[in-house]
Amino acid sequence: MSCLQTISDYAFRSLGYGERLLPRGDFTLCQQFTLIGSGMIWNVYFGVLALLAGFFLAVTLAVGKSSANPMARKPAEWFIFVFRGSPLFIQFFFGYFLFLSLKSVSSVFDPFTSAALGALVVLFLNTSAYTAEIFYGALLSIPKGDVEAADAYGMTGFKRFRRITFPTMLRLAWPSYTNEAIFLFHATTLVFFSGFPALRQKGDALYYASYFADKTFNPFVPYPILAGYFILLTLVLIGLFGVANRRLNRHMPQTKLPRMKFRLNLIR
Amino acid sequence: MFSYCTDPSTLDNLAWLSCYLTTGKHSAMYVSVFVVLLLLAITAPMALLFGFGAATASRSTILPLRWLGRAYTSIVRGVPDIAFFLFFVIALDQGFEWLRHKVKCPDWDEPIRRGVDFVVCDAAKLPLGNAPQWVHETYGFFLAVLTFAIVFGAFAANVMYGAMQTVPRAQLETAEAYGMTRRQTFWRVLVPQMWVYALPGLSNLWMVLIKATPLLFLLGVEDIVYWARELGGTQNPRFTDYPHGDWRMWYFLALLVFYLMFTKVSEVVLDRIMKRLTKGQATMGGEAQRKAAA
Repeated sequence: MSCLQTISDYAFRSLGYGERLLPRGDFTLCQQFTLIGSGMIWNVYFGVLALLAGFFLAVTLAVGKSSANPMARKPAEWFIFVFRGSPLFIQFFFGYFLFLSLKSVSSVFDPFTSAALGALVVLFLNTSAYTAEIFYGALLSIPKGDVEAADAYGMTGFKRFRRITFPTMLRLAWPSYTNEAIFLFHATTLVFFSGFPALRQKGDALYYASYFADKTFNPFVPYPILAGYFILLTLVLIGLFGVANRRLNRHMPQTKLPRMKFRLNLIR
Repeated sequence: MFSYCTDPSTLDNLAWLSCYLTTGKHSAMYVSVFVVLLLLAITAPMALLFGFGAATASRSTILPLRWLGRAYTSIVRGVPDIAFFLFFVIALDQGFEWLRHKVKCPDWDEPIRRGVDFVVCDAAKLPLGNAPQWVHETYGFFLAVLTFAIVFGAFAANVMYGAMQTVPRAQLETAEAYGMTRRQTFWRVLVPQMWVYALPGLSNLWMVLIKATPLLFLLGVEDIVYWARELGGTQNPRFTDYPHGDWRMWYFLALLVFYLMFTKVSEVVLDRIMKRLTKGQATMGGEAQRKAAA
């Protein structure tokens, strides 16, 4: 079977299109590349949506945590503590079984027991907490002078937040936020190993990689392929976030632009 | 466990619960908590050792050694950690068997990798085919520990490499001016001073390590996640004295709380250690402490 044939059979296998059965014997390199790449669709799906949705909740939480009002501060602090203090792996399990129990209460929760929605909700909450902590740290390190200048211009309340506090917070937090994004994409590989079922073997990249490793009993091919895909994804992310970073810093003296430093500590 | 547990179906809530939570299987779950703690206790120093070695290698003057250290530390960036876990468990297992195979059966001439099979001679199997169950379990645990140490060693290497770079250059120059050799400078000046700079990163790493322990489940060790799934699932009255519905949600809630408490306690302890270490240091933290006392 030619490689093109394989690609047309398996390129969208992770979404349920193409060949129904996974390859069974005589695994070719082409099959492994195609299927694992097909699984990456899920990783990108989870990562992008959780990141986009998480951004807004994170800003809210960060503002809440830095608020002087305990009614806003306490819930934000607790939310961040719970999601940052416990393993994502356990959160996935808990989320899945929670949705499973809720399913019997109301059929509204039916779609949540699937990975596509349920795992996304867990990832969204999780990344919100981590991002909120980053944004909170950035809020604390906004130069006092900036805020005083805004006061001197008569800006208050939401206007000051929108024009001064928020852009500065984003600029300061951006390098760490980039790390968080990379980190989130890596975390998406946990989804199908933590309760959420891969219906009809529609899984993510790691799911297929471990499928091949189990079937061929040879980890030295599928996992490096997976690693290659993820390094590619990471480079794309760094590129995209780098563009945003330059835009956020465009008013700063360009020689003093802080170099983006990527400090990855994986696993959450 | 208790004397009144002989017929659980007659008991009411609290007594039933006290019996339920002390069954043999639950005891196995409590033991598995210690497996997690044991893993942490073994992995943390091993990862430190790996990290220290790699950090030292990364700043070595010998080029291949430096490459090796850099490659080890940078290869974990950009790749999901759990892929490493799944990879190393099989790769290490096969690596050990291959080595033993080379040593024990030198005159074996058939290929080891045949299609989808990995075949080594019987004497090289790990653990041996006739080994008792506990050897299999211990070997599995050992592989898990080694995997954790390799992955976290790379993280620790990153932190320690950074810390070694942060030690003020003047300190090392002074040591050189006193005529110390490179080795002496390293052991007498650099290593004692690097810990203050490494501690924030290392304590962060400890938190990450705690949160990585449930991944043991993926490595095939019977850890708390395994037991939570096992015990929480629907129990049929035909097979158990304690039938119940699907309680997995509550079991994982308990795990969630366990981990939250664990990280909280670690946070408090690490804060204390940091306070002690910064005392009298010429850093911002030390200065703040001095001002607060005055």
